[in-house]
Amino acid sequence: MANIKVYVPRDTTACSLGADSVAVSLQHYFSNNDIDCEVVRSGSRGLYWLEPLIEIETDSGRIAYGPIGPNIIDEFIAAKFWKINKEHWSYLGVVDEIPYLQKQQRVTFARVGVIDPLSLSDYENHFGFSGLKQALDMSSQEIVSQIKDSGLRGRGGAAFPTGIKWQTVLDTKSVQKYVVCNADEGDSGTYSDRMLMESDPLCLIEGMTIAGIAVGADKGYIYLRDEYPLAFSVLEEAIVLARNSNFLGENILDSGKNFDLEIRLGAGAYICGEETSMLESLEGKRGEVRPKPPLPAIKGLFGKPTVINNVISLASVAAIIVNGASSYQNYGVNRSRGTLPFQLSGNIKYAGLVEIPFGATLKDLLYEYGGGSRSGRPLKAVQVGGPLGAYLPESQWDTPLDYEAFASIGGMLGHGGIVAFDDTVDMCAQARFSMEFCAIESCGKCTPCRIGSVRGVEVIDRIKAGENSVKNKELLLELCDTMVTGSLCAMGGLTPYPVRSALEYFAEDFESGS
Amino acid sequence: MSIDKEASREEMVLAIVSKYKEIPGPLLVVLHEIQQELGFIPPEFIPGIAEGLNLSRAEIHGVISFYHFFRSTPAGRYTIQLCRAESCQAMGSRELERHAKKSLEIDFHQTTADGQITLEPVYCLGNCACSPAIRVGDAIHAHVGAESFDAIVNELISEKVEVKN
Ligand SMILES: Cc1cc2nc3c(=O)[nH]c(=O)nc-3n(C[C@H](O)[C@H](O)[C@H](O)COP(=O)(O)O)c2cc1C
Ligand code: SF4
Ligand code: FES
Repeated sequence: MANIKVYVPRDTTACSLGADSVAVSLQHYFSNNDIDCEVVRSGSRGLYWLEPLIEIETDSGRIAYGPIGPNIIDEFIAAKFWKINKEHWSYLGVVDEIPYLQKQQRVTFARVGVIDPLSLSDYENHFGFSGLKQALDMSSQEIVSQIKDSGLRGRGGAAFPTGIKWQTVLDTKSVQKYVVCNADEGDSGTYSDRMLMESDPLCLIEGMTIAGIAVGADKGYIYLRDEYPLAFSVLEEAIVLARNSNFLGENILDSGKNFDLEIRLGAGAYICGEETSMLESLEGKRGEVRPKPPLPAIKGLFGKPTVINNVISLASVAAIIVNGASSYQNYGVNRSRGTLPFQLSGNIKYAGLVEIPFGATLKDLLYEYGGGSRSGRPLKAVQVGGPLGAYLPESQWDTPLDYEAFASIGGMLGHGGIVAFDDTVDMCAQARFSMEFCAIESCGKCTPCRIGSVRGVEVIDRIKAGENSVKNKELLLELCDTMVTGSLCAMGGLTPYPVRSALEYFAEDFESGS
Repeated sequence: MSIDKEASREEMVLAIVSKYKEIPGPLLVVLHEIQQELGFIPPEFIPGIAEGLNLSRAEIHGVISFYHFFRSTPAGRYTIQLCRAESCQAMGSRELERHAKKSLEIDFHQTTADGQITLEPVYCLGNCACSPAIRVGDAIHAHVGAESFDAIVNELISEKVEVKN
């Protein structure tokens, strides 16, 4: 039998379900029994209810089985799965034909789950570094114009056009400039940055290098949250690989251009995902938000012009260069162009990563992909866009997933996190948590954010206790208004959104004794 | 702590400081490495760090107190980070949190009486597709309920016995 490749994911969630142990069992079995199978540690496809998902390479595509946890590994091996056992209960057929995956348009995530994240040859065989090579033959302005024309908007939350940001940095004269990747991914219910970094780290490195070449920066930093130990080690290895093959460092691919990068770890502060707080943190200081202006693009890290982009924004760049701006811009609706990797989480049956063009509805995601709640009970509320995003009731789930459409209903797409709750959720407790989280994570600069959030918790407690309910609800809304108008950044400015939406759409949960 | 041990700890801290003092914005990098080595950042070394990095003691205090991850006192042998964020809430982390505190007989930021386990809150581990999540060392656990929490704790505690044998 020819050497057969067996793929076992190595991403955090797959490992949290036992993928490492499964891989070790398979390796032992194959070597002890002289079976010519090679275990490759790939990334994850993001079909998390099927993890650990095992794939076998065949002439007709990769055949998948899942979920194969350590508790059933002996039985799985006994079924001789590597000879393609269609009768086994875990047999899923050709992985690309699983509807959840087949229906998606994986543009930024094209390689995620497919390749060995730490194989340069795998990466290059899947168009890796083609974007960089093309970019090295382009002028700075040509690269920036491509990104502008693609319609790419920042995927970290604020959705600012990436090309325009790059143009500002390009146009600002300075000997030293920086590219900073925001890999703080603090939003609850989100994990696309983590997946990309763990499953296709070279894609981020390539995107940052293209950004550096485009704006004239020779140094990059990845500000990575401390909560992602696996992403850290994978990225570190990938940087060394890229450097050793001259995709990073001095005189990249004999182009005369230099770019190198370094990872810096955060230390458990949500606010450090806010870009100016992140710059302070990178400079080794308390993560206090800076007033804007000056824009970081003009006066950023160590006072120098700095491109700051989210992981997914940067990871989208190489594909835009390779396939052309118009191919990216052809996806999507209105002013939301391209694709967004949505992340389904919380109480949802089929939780996972869904990369699709803008324009579908929340309902499509929750039911067509998500399959409804995991508990089997009716879904009641959905929080989109992280802890600062509004809670949406069923009546809003037909809203198209488009930045402006969401803004018009007081919501936000943010980083694409979708957290589902079933009907056992107490929305008053969720509102209280939003205030509590703001109190814990506030950088402390503005009184409405720092003190208002603490008062918010107290007022919600009083409402729930039935004390002067009408008056206290009014007080809560006033407090929200003060936070919205008197906060320097979106931490204090947006915390009222989940609070107000909970009160507006789920008022019954705020009755005492409910 | 013996004088020797204290002296070697101080040497280690100063070595870390001098290793990084030339890089731009070194303080967080230095604090991370000290905590990695010692488990916390002993306040008595702050003057040395301040001098080495040319910063004031107040600045260093300010940074340590700003970031949730940095600690000024030792943690237990193991630290369990329990996710309190929304996706985990949707799958029962509030109950898990109550259970963890009750069964360990501690609150967040505290260490069990036998010095084994410190319980810390965390706000998302990126494991939201399989909530609730906890982290112990670099290992992340999925779908954690009261029963699996106890099993994880028991395994940690019995590991200690094996190590000592
Ligand atoms: C409180 C707060 C937290 C944020 N957290 C993150 C984060 O974790 N990751 C991220 O990419 N952007 C985050 N942002 C948005 C950044 O400030 C910034 O807009 C983004 O990094 C820019 O990159 P992009 O244009 O590619 O999205 C946060 C913003 C705020 C106000
Ligand atoms: S709104 Fe809150 S987090 Fe933002 S700058 Fe003000 S105090 Fe800091
Ligand atoms: S919300 Fe708990 S792991 Fe993300």
